[in-house]
Amino acid sequence: MTAHAPAQEHAPDHPTPGTYAKIGLVLFVLTALEVGLYEFTFGDHAGPLGHQIEPFFIPLLLALSAVKFALVAMYYMHLKNDSKLFSGVFVFPLIIAAVVIAAMIALMAYHWAFARSG
Amino acid sequence: MSDHAHALETSTGLDSRKLAIWTFIGSECMFFATLISNYLVNKGRSLVGPFAHEPWTDPATGKVLEPIIEIPLVTVGTALLLFSSLFVVLALYGAQKGNRKMLLGWLAATLLCGMFFVGMQVYEFTHFVHKGLTLQRNMFGASFFILTGFHGTHVTIGVIWLATMFYLALRRKLPPERSLNLEMAALYWHFVDVVWIVIFPVVYLIR
Repeated sequence: MTAHAPAQEHAPDHPTPGTYAKIGLVLFVLTALEVGLYEFTFGDHAGPLGHQIEPFFIPLLLALSAVKFALVAMYYMHLKNDSKLFSGVFVFPLIIAAVVIAAMIALMAYHWAFARSG
Repeated sequence: MSDHAHALETSTGLDSRKLAIWTFIGSECMFFATLISNYLVNKGRSLVGPFAHEPWTDPATGKVLEPIIEIPLVTVGTALLLFSSLFVVLALYGAQKGNRKMLLGWLAATLLCGMFFVGMQVYEFTHFVHKGLTLQRNMFGASFFILTGFHGTHVTIGVIWLATMFYLALRRKLPPERSLNLEMAALYWHFVDVVWIVIFPVVYLIR
């Protein structure tokens, strides 16, 4: 078999410090948005707007969190430019992790709603 | 010339050490998934206070006490952890380009942010214990300390790992051809950061 190749033979082009700084700024703004959302919904600055936001609070927060997660993984962890094998090794367990969390919540919701009442 | 400087031959063309750290990070995803799901399924199941977001009555004194979570301090810690991810990637850029000043400066900044985060968590835990929240007190205490405690342990390990890299860089033992050593530490550090990106809203912001 002659498939062996020197490791990192094709080193991927990583982003520049300017791109890293821009991503850092976006991450900071998204975190400020998360905390701002909390403040306007439940915090000291909660008002009529907060009551309107409340039904969308958790989906919005999870969406912001997912965007931050993706930005760090793609740019800082270089998954966007690196080998697809690394993406697979990371994303596959991530899907299992998400399924585990969803399954546990569903199972315990069923348990508390029905199973305990007999 | 050291043997580490030579590229190792692999069937994928990728460095085995980098594949190993990604595999480890993948396994860590599932580890933290169990802790996060444990926190979520026990959320709101505490029979006695202190509670995360609701006021509670101390049965011993009859006094109504404030919710235990304090957002401002944790927000600062979160921001610093995010900035530390930016700093470590700039340090890695410096290492890969052979820019020693950039490597040492940004790595030192990353270490400071990491140490501040650990300090913040130690302060928060101590503060919570003084307010009556312990591992044994209620379901919130047990799941909160287990989840954030394991994350804090990972941050501490990351700080030690990065401090080792800083020491090697100071002694000029982290040349561009060995920058993969820092890249592995940086990948671990970013993972610790993305886990906190999930923990922060789940534990501190969602009621």
